[in-house]
Amino acid sequence: MTTKSISTQRGLFSSYAFRRKASTVTSYIVLTLLGLMFMFPWFYTMTGSLKAPHEIYLFPPPLFPELAQFDNYPEVFRRVLFGRWFINSVTVVTLATLGAVMSSTLVAYSFARFRWRGRDALFAITLATMMLPSEVTLIPQYLIFRNLRWLNSIRPLIVPAWFGGGAFNIFLMRQFLMSLPREFDEAARIDGASALRILVQVLLPLMKPVISTLAVLGFIGAWDDFMGPLIYLSTAENFTIALGLRYFHVAEGQPGIPQTHLLMAACVMSTTPVVILFFFAQRYFVQGIVMSGIKG
Amino acid sequence: MTASQALVATHRKRSRLSRLLGYDTMAETRECLTGMAFAIPWLLGLLIFVLGPIIASMYLSLTKYDVISAPRFHGFANYQRAFFDDRQFWPSLGRTFRFALTVVPVGTAGSLLLALLLNRGMRGTTIYRTLFFLPSLTPSVAMAILWGFLLHPVVGPVNYALGMVGIQGPGWFSSVQWALPSVVFISLWAGFGGSRMIILLAGLQGVPQELYDAADVDGANGWTRFRNVTLPMISPTLFFVLIIGVINALKVFALAYVATGGGPSWATWFYALHLYNWSFNYFEMGYGAALAWIFAIIVVILTMAQFKLARRWVYYMGE
Repeated sequence: MTTKSISTQRGLFSSYAFRRKASTVTSYIVLTLLGLMFMFPWFYTMTGSLKAPHEIYLFPPPLFPELAQFDNYPEVFRRVLFGRWFINSVTVVTLATLGAVMSSTLVAYSFARFRWRGRDALFAITLATMMLPSEVTLIPQYLIFRNLRWLNSIRPLIVPAWFGGGAFNIFLMRQFLMSLPREFDEAARIDGASALRILVQVLLPLMKPVISTLAVLGFIGAWDDFMGPLIYLSTAENFTIALGLRYFHVAEGQPGIPQTHLLMAACVMSTTPVVILFFFAQRYFVQGIVMSGIKG
Repeated sequence: MTASQALVATHRKRSRLSRLLGYDTMAETRECLTGMAFAIPWLLGLLIFVLGPIIASMYLSLTKYDVISAPRFHGFANYQRAFFDDRQFWPSLGRTFRFALTVVPVGTAGSLLLALLLNRGMRGTTIYRTLFFLPSLTPSVAMAILWGFLLHPVVGPVNYALGMVGIQGPGWFSSVQWALPSVVFISLWAGFGGSRMIILLAGLQGVPQELYDAADVDGANGWTRFRNVTLPMISPTLFFVLIIGVINALKVFALAYVATGGGPSWATWFYALHLYNWSFNYFEMGYGAALAWIFAIIVVILTMAQFKLARRWVYYMGE
């Protein structure tokens, strides 16, 4: 007992333990400073969103508003079609993600579980298309939707997702399915289950992690998408949040009362859904990013 | 027709189908048809939204096409125009490469440093991971807007802080000299702690402890451990992160489009802006398609070059 306490006491001064402790403390200090630096822009934006119009142009810039103007938030909805944009974004993101997840499940099932003529060639082509940047298909896709008279609607942002969900989703989903033992399917098949039933009742419950992961990644991608809405949407009532925010930003330069405080509130509101999703689905986030990284 | 005759008939019909598909047994034919049925969404999607457009844009790049009148065949005139007559083609390409050449190495090094700090098994790591990760969740448009606020030349807190230490802050977005570094800086802010850090962290956690123990027995110090154990072990992860990083950096669009609109005087006019502008502002779709193909070829060559180079520095266990 005594020897132990002596040894810890001596350990405190012995160079190894001391250095270890010192380096841990340093690490914490470094981590905390870095964390503050990373979060400062958001802190400043959040307090900025609660400032009164004149406080934005005060110098030196105050960190906090004199009186928090919570009315800035409803004011955004009164000034621009923010509610409308929000609904549009939610519609696009929900339907595009749903389509991508559902159709890529079907396709991945086909690639992972059935042998058919041309399968391997098709899979190779699928992988090869992942190398080409999406810019190459942009113009012809635009022309397709123009011919369908779908311009200035959110349909071009949703419909392609229902056709397989893209090479990346199919690939990840297939890799996951390949890791599930075939014995599950065999047992169900012997019991007389159809192929669709095996997918829905046997495999789907096991695929929950990969489905959640792809859904989360799809959500983030669609929410952040800017070029798609920029190309396809032309009138304010059809904008998504990303495009609306930019429209609001451009309008800020016009004469009248400075709107920066409202713009900050709009920035906060446009990021909130993603952050909420992150906190609820953090596990799937990390899993998804790691999966796309390690296996890809 | 009796039941047995009907059975024979269907059997014959199916076996003809089997022969057509080149299968001997019914089971194989059934499997093939079911498999194809499940792949139908992607068969259509691949044709309509990927392969069709790839071929169409290849053709369009050889035409003059303004959307209103039919495309007219033009040979390689669009490519010639890009290489020799378009004044902003080479500058925008060069600028995009300069951007990528700063953002990718600096960003990857930063992400690796953060990942190493987080990988020390200290308490509260999850909280720090979240703090570092949150900036990358900011939508690009919001990022451009809020940094415009922070980097405001007169009332922005960044220039205020610089002023406190006696530095006259530049005009950032409105300065020809500083607009590009501003975009780089913002990308780094979002990129350091983003998905790249998460991927590298997972890579670090996958390094077997035995290797570190062995290195300790050999008396390795921190740097040698990093250089001879950590780095080779995470080199496949690092490689992946570099490939994706280069592609994403070359595609930079929304941030510059919203923050500066490509200005001032072309200072942030990146390749993607150039491509977008010709295709969807001037509606010169033939030329836009050519610009897209030049970009695609550059990306593919770069990716393949990286794979070639990877043989020299990427270490795969078990090989």
